[in-house]
Amino acid sequence: MSDYYNDEDLGRFGEIGKHSPDLFKKFLEWYNSSLEPGLLTKREKVLIGLAVAHSVQCPYCIDAYTKSCLSEGMTLEHITEAVHVASAIKGGATLIHGIQAHNAADKISL
Amino acid sequence: MTEFERKILGIQSELLMAAGIKILQLNLGYKCNMTCKHCHIEAGPHRDEIMNEEVIRTVLDVLRNHNIGILDLTGGAPELNPHIKYLVKEAGKLNRHVIVRSNLTVYFENGMEDFPDFYSEHNVEVIASLPHYTKDSVDKVRGYNTFKKSIEALKRLNNLGYGKSADHRQLHLVYNPIGAFLPSSQKELEEQYKRELFATFGINFNRLYTFANMPIGRFREFLIRSNNMKKYEEEIQSAFNAATLEGIMCRHLISVGWDGKLYDCDFNQILGMAVDIDCPGHIHDFNYALLAERKIVTDNHCFACTAGQGST
Repeated sequence: MSDYYNDEDLGRFGEIGKHSPDLFKKFLEWYNSSLEPGLLTKREKVLIGLAVAHSVQCPYCIDAYTKSCLSEGMTLEHITEAVHVASAIKGGATLIHGIQAHNAADKISL
Repeated sequence: MTEFERKILGIQSELLMAAGIKILQLNLGYKCNMTCKHCHIEAGPHRDEIMNEEVIRTVLDVLRNHNIGILDLTGGAPELNPHIKYLVKEAGKLNRHVIVRSNLTVYFENGMEDFPDFYSEHNVEVIASLPHYTKDSVDKVRGYNTFKKSIEALKRLNNLGYGKSADHRQLHLVYNPIGAFLPSSQKELEEQYKRELFATFGINFNRLYTFANMPIGRFREFLIRSNNMKKYEEEIQSAFNAATLEGIMCRHLISVGWDGKLYDCDFNQILGMAVDIDCPGHIHDFNYALLAERKIVTDNHCFACTAGQGST
């Protein structure tokens, strides 16, 4: 990353809490709790995190969740499959909106 | 005072102290048939540091005269030391439990083919390197064809009864992260390894040990080259877990270098950090009472052993 996105900035995340510490504390508690193993394992959860990171195209999240996936013993093959799932769903979401266009066109067409 | 010492004194009143000596860990030499990218020893075929027979006889005298139950053999590839079989047999006569840290591929070298049978015959516990259960990941770190040889070796060990009982012929695997990150839960990784290795190759083993890579040797060179050093150091420091201090290996063992010099661990050995100045520095002058209560010599690399679940 460069320019607008600096990888060092991930380590400065805590600075966000300076101006609204209570909200940031609540966010962190929620965030950390959501990643604890539950019905889903930690491995499954970080893989979801990786897919979402790609879908929302957050460079910080991609860095962090790629490392988490590797730590959980996953390989680039696992990671790439997850990115394909995220991409396919995002692509499908775009494509299904074609029906909206068809509907809109039907409404105003003879 | 180092950052590590500051951390320790922040949670307890004294620095790390030994809690007896349960294990005598011998580095039989830096010679190895492999040149793995993460090796802290920087071992390889070109290394000629090998523990000689005189040091080995002194080690056996120490075992004979002191109540140290476990002999832990490491290297390099311990099998490349010409005296290893003599050492294992003699330690067995003294009823000492012997552990060998094996790279698995050495059994395919000329004259080394019988080591699995030898280990089985003498009930040697085998701790084997296998940094992942997939071919590409293993071969990338340990060299071409390593995975195939490792799988063949594990099958041979299984056929000899290894990895099937908790009481004898124990076979453990070691996972090292294949890059600048820390290992996750040992339990979850062990489940993955067991599931994948059994489903694909029919392989059984007892336990998986997850070890963080120590930022020394070849792994340190990688961290510097890839501009990951600062981040990795920060990561191991922020993952400090006080619960690891009770079982951390340096408090329970003495590391004997190939030349007989004494260290708190194999990592200190490579860094040239001898045992505390108040203790004898060589196996010839072994003094159980002094060494069993010694102050452990530490530096910031020790954070790698206290990160997360620890590396013991």
